[in-house]
Amino acid sequence: MPANPFNAFTDYGIGIGLRVPHYRHILEKKPVVDWFEIISENFMVDGGRPLEVLDQILEQYRVVQHGVSMYFGSADPVDRVHLKKLKTLVKRTNTPWLSDHLCWGSVDGTYTHDLLPMPYTFAAAKRTAQKIRQVRDYLEVPICVENVSSYAEFHVSEMTEWEFLTEVVERADCGILLDVNNIYVSSKNHSFNPYDYVNGIPHHRVGQIHVAGHTKFEKYILDTHDHPVLDPVWKLYAHATRLCGVTATLLEWDDKIPSFQEVHDEALKANEFIDGARAAKKPPARATAAASR
Amino acid sequence: MKLPSRQRTTRDLKSFQRLMTAALVRPLSPSDRLQSRWTDGRSMHKVAASFIKPNDRLTSFERLEIYARCYWFRLLDCLYADCPGLCALLGEKKFLRLAEAYLAKYPSRSFTLRNLPRRLEKFIRTEPRLTAPHTALALDVARFEWAQTIAFDGPSAPLLAPERLASANPTRLRLGLQPYLSVLALDYAVDDFVIAVKKDGAMRTDASNTPDAAPHAARFRRVPTPERERIYVAVHRHDNMLYYKRLEPAAYRILRTLRAGRTVAQAVGTVRGITPGQIQNWFKNWTELGWLCAYRAK
Repeated sequence: MPANPFNAFTDYGIGIGLRVPHYRHILEKKPVVDWFEIISENFMVDGGRPLEVLDQILEQYRVVQHGVSMYFGSADPVDRVHLKKLKTLVKRTNTPWLSDHLCWGSVDGTYTHDLLPMPYTFAAAKRTAQKIRQVRDYLEVPICVENVSSYAEFHVSEMTEWEFLTEVVERADCGILLDVNNIYVSSKNHSFNPYDYVNGIPHHRVGQIHVAGHTKFEKYILDTHDHPVLDPVWKLYAHATRLCGVTATLLEWDDKIPSFQEVHDEALKANEFIDGARAAKKPPARATAAASR
Repeated sequence: MKLPSRQRTTRDLKSFQRLMTAALVRPLSPSDRLQSRWTDGRSMHKVAASFIKPNDRLTSFERLEIYARCYWFRLLDCLYADCPGLCALLGEKKFLRLAEAYLAKYPSRSFTLRNLPRRLEKFIRTEPRLTAPHTALALDVARFEWAQTIAFDGPSAPLLAPERLASANPTRLRLGLQPYLSVLALDYAVDDFVIAVKKDGAMRTDASNTPDAAPHAARFRRVPTPERERIYVAVHRHDNMLYYKRLEPAAYRILRTLRAGRTVAQAVGTVRGITPGQIQNWFKNWTELGWLCAYRAK
């Protein structure tokens, strides 16, 4: 039973990112993993080893695509060539949904390869939602947009980040990939309460959650994905799970990557909070008995 | 470039994104900071403050600088990873100068970092001072390393059936070479050089956009610079593993002529002093390696 209308994958469980250092372990040992998230761009190639590995993974596992270069928030029009390549991959993986970031990173065809924060304006929200709809209609899969971590805010912004996220997903009628680590990082960098953020979004649209580690510097926090998840992020995850219902969850670990087992064990810590959310939702035994009569 | 105080249109959004992109792709100062002056001579602090809010810990300039540093570190990291031979040849300091000048002239125009070194050979050719006195060798290494990228994940075409080769009229038959195969004539034995330099396998790391705190600087070993020596080499893949294969000069000429769209007879006609048996063996070997495919006019 889906936890919400945009979350048809409540029981998808806990996934981890498919990363090169783990290929051999996964292909040889075939560990039990609920699902893998792939970076779409790593497999938007024309041939060779990446696609061979992907096909072997697809024989054994469920795969969900996560992109880093669609740039829904870029003022440029959607790149049709890019979209065509992405659709070829979507057909190959049968991804049940596809995610990318609520950000921009290219202009006039020049790519920064970064996930740059949006100016939170109504004009930008309208443009971004329009592009999300175009992409969804072409790819014919549900889209979830992910909130990014950020280190800058802009004078032109007309609303908070969570209001902007809400404005975009309501206009686009799409899902949210809620990255609770990114919320935590941004909350420290911009001095807002991360719980206000989680409370302020449309929970019924959250189709996936990301957790990850980050690095603290003297004056800011950087979203490095090179550590275990920190306690405040797990607490925020628990809160989000209570509000959104049990949701497909993914641990990101992209740098200084430890063994497969260590990454998977870290991801499975989410179970503790998922169980808590399930228990909180479960009606008391007496009520259940009464209802069944 | 002056931004409107309110963003009402996609055009306003584009102006904002152009300004920020221009700030990010501008080379950093020697101390890895944003340059203190903007292109028009204005203080960079003022330019940053015109569109980025400060907070209680960081100025607008410092907040913009986080992104600029991430941009440069990420792209330089990618060039370090994809060009270990060039880095080993030039040494880290000189390679960094080359890489920064290259990225300043040719910012990424592709959604994937895989394509970042695509124009490096062209850049080295037009800016020889950055690789002197090893420019000829640097060109060979750049060509060889880009050929590896193509061989790793480039497209493949359906194989040519051996019987088709055996039964066709060579004066009419045109053969294609696999798109992932590069056939190179080099003035230095860079295949041996790159093998000596590379510590790890040929597989690229993933394309995560997580920003790095600093570029990785020591991913190569210094090995002796190769002596001048004309070699012919094919960079290809077999069972999706990357390989280099030295070629006889005549074999190289045949393959290049085939790739140019000439018939088999014309290609074979370019070589002298090679026995028909030797040529047959080459074609047999190339067929076994999967290099030959149906010819497609460009």
